[in-house]
Amino acid sequence: MSALIAIPLLGGLLAWLAGSRSDAWPRWISLAALASDLVFALSFWPHGSAAGIAGGGPWLAETGRPWIPSLGIGYHLGMDGLSLILVLLAAFLGIVAVASSWTEIRERVGFFHFNLLWTLAGAIGVFLALDLFLFFFFWELMLVPMYFLIAIWGHENRRYASLKFFLFTQGSGLLMLVSIVALALAHAATGAVLSFDYPQLLRTPLAPSTARWIMLGFFVAFAVKLPMVPFHTWLPDAHTEAPTGGSIVLAGVLLKTGAYGLLRFVVPLFPQAAASLAPWAMALGAVGILYGAVLAFAQDDLKRLVAYTSVSHLGFVLLGAFAWNTWALDGAVMQMVAHGVSTGALFVLVGALQERTGTRDMGRLGGLWAAVPRLAAIAMFFAVASLGLPGLANFVGEILVLAGAFRVDASLTAIAALGLITAVIYALALVQRTFHGEERHGWKIADGTARETATLGAMIAVSLWLGCYPQPVLDAAAPALESLLGSSGAGQLQASLPWTSIVTR
Amino acid sequence: MSNWLWLIPALPLAGFALLALAGRRLTPRGVAVIGVGSVGLAALVALLACADLVAAPPPGDAWIQELWRWIDVAGFAPAIGLRLDPLAAVMVAVVTGVGFLIHLYSAESMAGEEGYARYFAYLNLFVAAMSILVLADNLLFLYLGWEGVGLCSYLLIGFWYRDPANGLAARKAFIVTRTGDVAFTLGVLLLFTRLGSLDIQTLMQEAARQWPAGSALATAAAALLLFGALGKSAQLPLQTWLPDAMAGPTPVSALIHAATMVTAGVYLIARLHVLYALAPAVQAAVAVIGAATLLLAGTCALAQRDIKRVLAYSTISQIGYMFLALGVGAWSAAIFHFMTHAFFKALLFLSAGAVIQAFEDEHDIFRMGGLRRRLPLAFWSFVIGAASLAALPLVTAGFYSKDLILWQAWASPLGSRWLWTAGWVGAILTGAYIFRVVFVAFLGESTRRIVRRPGWRMGLPLVVLSALSVVGGLVEMPPMLGNRPLLSNFLRPVLPPVGALPGAAGFETALSLLAFIATVAGVYAAYRGYVRRAGWFVRIVGSHAGTIVNGFLLGGGGFDALYEKLLVRPFVQLAHWDRRDFVDAAYAGLARLCRVLYRLLSVTQNGRVRRYAAGIVVGAVAAVAIALLELP
Repeated sequence: MSALIAIPLLGGLLAWLAGSRSDAWPRWISLAALASDLVFALSFWPHGSAAGIAGGGPWLAETGRPWIPSLGIGYHLGMDGLSLILVLLAAFLGIVAVASSWTEIRERVGFFHFNLLWTLAGAIGVFLALDLFLFFFFWELMLVPMYFLIAIWGHENRRYASLKFFLFTQGSGLLMLVSIVALALAHAATGAVLSFDYPQLLRTPLAPSTARWIMLGFFVAFAVKLPMVPFHTWLPDAHTEAPTGGSIVLAGVLLKTGAYGLLRFVVPLFPQAAASLAPWAMALGAVGILYGAVLAFAQDDLKRLVAYTSVSHLGFVLLGAFAWNTWALDGAVMQMVAHGVSTGALFVLVGALQERTGTRDMGRLGGLWAAVPRLAAIAMFFAVASLGLPGLANFVGEILVLAGAFRVDASLTAIAALGLITAVIYALALVQRTFHGEERHGWKIADGTARETATLGAMIAVSLWLGCYPQPVLDAAAPALESLLGSSGAGQLQASLPWTSIVTR
Repeated sequence: MSNWLWLIPALPLAGFALLALAGRRLTPRGVAVIGVGSVGLAALVALLACADLVAAPPPGDAWIQELWRWIDVAGFAPAIGLRLDPLAAVMVAVVTGVGFLIHLYSAESMAGEEGYARYFAYLNLFVAAMSILVLADNLLFLYLGWEGVGLCSYLLIGFWYRDPANGLAARKAFIVTRTGDVAFTLGVLLLFTRLGSLDIQTLMQEAARQWPAGSALATAAAALLLFGALGKSAQLPLQTWLPDAMAGPTPVSALIHAATMVTAGVYLIARLHVLYALAPAVQAAVAVIGAATLLLAGTCALAQRDIKRVLAYSTISQIGYMFLALGVGAWSAAIFHFMTHAFFKALLFLSAGAVIQAFEDEHDIFRMGGLRRRLPLAFWSFVIGAASLAALPLVTAGFYSKDLILWQAWASPLGSRWLWTAGWVGAILTGAYIFRVVFVAFLGESTRRIVRRPGWRMGLPLVVLSALSVVGGLVEMPPMLGNRPLLSNFLRPVLPPVGALPGAAGFETALSLLAFIATVAGVYAAYRGYVRRAGWFVRIVGSHAGTIVNGFLLGGGGFDALYEKLLVRPFVQLAHWDRRDFVDAAYAGLARLCRVLYRLLSVTQNGRVRRYAAGIVVGAVAAVAIALLELP
């Protein structure tokens, strides 16, 4: 399993070294590294029924050895269905990112791919780490290369955006580090040996006030990453200014680490404290859905529009994560994957258009349907996926989240469901202002190349597959989510919880 | 037969896929063959299935085919499953049958358009989605079709994408109907969380078992789903999108915005009639909304100059009749009227389309005319359609269905004189507005050149639909004409008959006579006003008040203006104000605060020794002062 992290790390180094030789080498090396990572990750896919791995808990694979024994820090990795799905998403979108940077990145190609692969390696590490210190290590590992991706290969306003990105994530990372240490110390104070190991920390008895503060530290760190309103303002700048490959990885993979943290750590480690936070978190999720959508509609910059849709889509994830029942969690996982694919594809398209026209300003675009019918039709597909059309992946995520949330709080769900209208408003505005209308600017540009069509075609296939037959993913995630639901002690807490958990399956 | 059901949506879906992937490499002829052929085959399968259902009804009166389990999470387990029962059979036969005729018509009328393949791809996708809507055995799969037809409606209204006005109309249609869909979604979630299933049959059984009539939950669920139906079927207060939807090609208006998609709400309520019977307040609301809509839209239709907008308001009005029928429990009458309406309204649109093309895309009825000799096929088709719409007695299909609705609005235990009166007044309006078009646009004088005449592919659908608009009513003969209610009997396993109040039976002939008088009165009024130009009529229309009323009706009764002011502008304004994100301003403020503090503090370390010395002195003095003052 360590190889899942090692392959992109080594591939990144190799790409950097090969970059001095030619520009093509780093691209092929990265592609090969990520493809083999994807194939290798697929080999972990649970075969047969979920019961096949019963007895060993939800873990599909686990590995560990001491790292800094005196502090109770270990190199402990574990993979369950949730991690596996997100690792696969990271590898898949990594390939997409490499493919869409093929002609866009022409300077310091080797170093670009080094950063891209290392940030992915960091994200994969985040999804696999079961030691909180190791988790923090990977957390930082994914941020620094991403900072370079934005700062070096970004667009006009890249310095501002990269600094903002760094400050937000670093500040929240600091909060998380403090919380991790505090949790480990609190755990040691109960008489146990000092340890950063997730399974050991899981059932730490904490005084309610201690738990609340430590939980808030984790929560804010992940909420910034997710991003949750009002911590979202780094996102539009970072997503807009990053190069296409960076935007894809940012939106598709890095945001998911925040959601993953909420699911893996915040609720299971601090069930009661999280329970008292849940109504607020769900409300902020609903606010995010609507606020992100309104802002997306307000943008003139095509890429910024797409960036704000992430705020809206991840609002569903937050809503689902804190509704904390089987439907909502399954929905949140599905929404993460679906958002990665649909938003990733929209970034690919924006990148392709910007490469051709040199602008992202929708005031200067418009009427491009006739010029680039293939790209336009694909954009229509993903705009429609974004607005949650049944039969495509995003719908499955949204409807399950809404079903789970409805169980908990019907009126809040009704407000969140208004997001279905606002999504139509921004998605159709995107299509209208970019592809429809009269073509007034005389763009003479080429339609999608074979490379672009293949990349986007694969993403269409994934979106259709997950929209029409999502069961394999839901089944793979099921044991992991059930175990998370179980570890939060949902069964015993029901009376005090504002939600009613449905653990029966 | 049940093994073949999947072909009905799959064939047009395959047509869509083929056209979407390879459309630009095909010749126009190839595009037409795939586009029309796929729906033709689907229609064939659907008709065979229906014939089979009539000839050899299976146990339970339905064929079921579950293709695969779509989602399965803790009881949330909708299937990709199809169910053909008599109600679905009538719907799917009309959808694919009329759909096929309109595809054939399109092959000619859209020839030479840019995006010919794209057009047929969208239209095929529509038929696929619509047949999923009517065949789905659970509410989530039904919702897939429901949203699918909404998407196709959007795509086809905005088919001529170069004109931003078309794009606006398309988005308006999608957004307004999506507003209803949010309620629909919540209604489905309410049913699911309370009754534990998404399967329609199970849901209805459980609802009847668990909920007493008039229970709050049943009322809430029925009301939420009703709001969804109002959006799709363009009923008050969500009717505003349909007139604008006429921006799409005319065959699209015929298929989507007249014959099939807009009746999805009617289908939904009929399909869930058990739930509505449990929520009498909501069912009464259905009747009242239907009555109000049919009157408002019928009045608005009188003022329109654009021939397609007349027909659009007419559609809203006619669906109002269907809602009226649903509201009084006359489920099968609503479906009967859906069927005849699909025939005659498709006919009206297609013949209007032929006229529009004949005059080089002219929509204004006052700039048409003289068509009886010059464009006889379109002329007679339109007249037959108009007669059927106006419910000319005995010889038209529309007469039988509308008469049945009026009769049941009177006689049903849920009916009332008021509802009947609304329907009766609506009949006058119907006769008036449609024959206004006939007199002005078809009979009037015009010397404008005819630039295009329909060929066989446009002609054949007109002939077939004309025939259906005449004989389509024979499937349901009222008591006074032999009493052979074949359609109601066919639908009986799904849709229970409506009771009649004691003593109502004696009125039937009298009511039919009154309805006949209404039709004649409407037609006569149009004749006096637009052929004879009667003095009183000219005076009223020409007066100041007449102009104001006319403008009011032309704008659809002020709803658009109201929504514009109440919803659209505030939303756009809010988005515009906040385009730089208020929240970010807070962080920017924080950053500025840091900068200010940095400047303040950096003053203390600016390298000027004199400042440092002064600082030391001030500090020392202060320290000494404090020390002295602290002394006792």
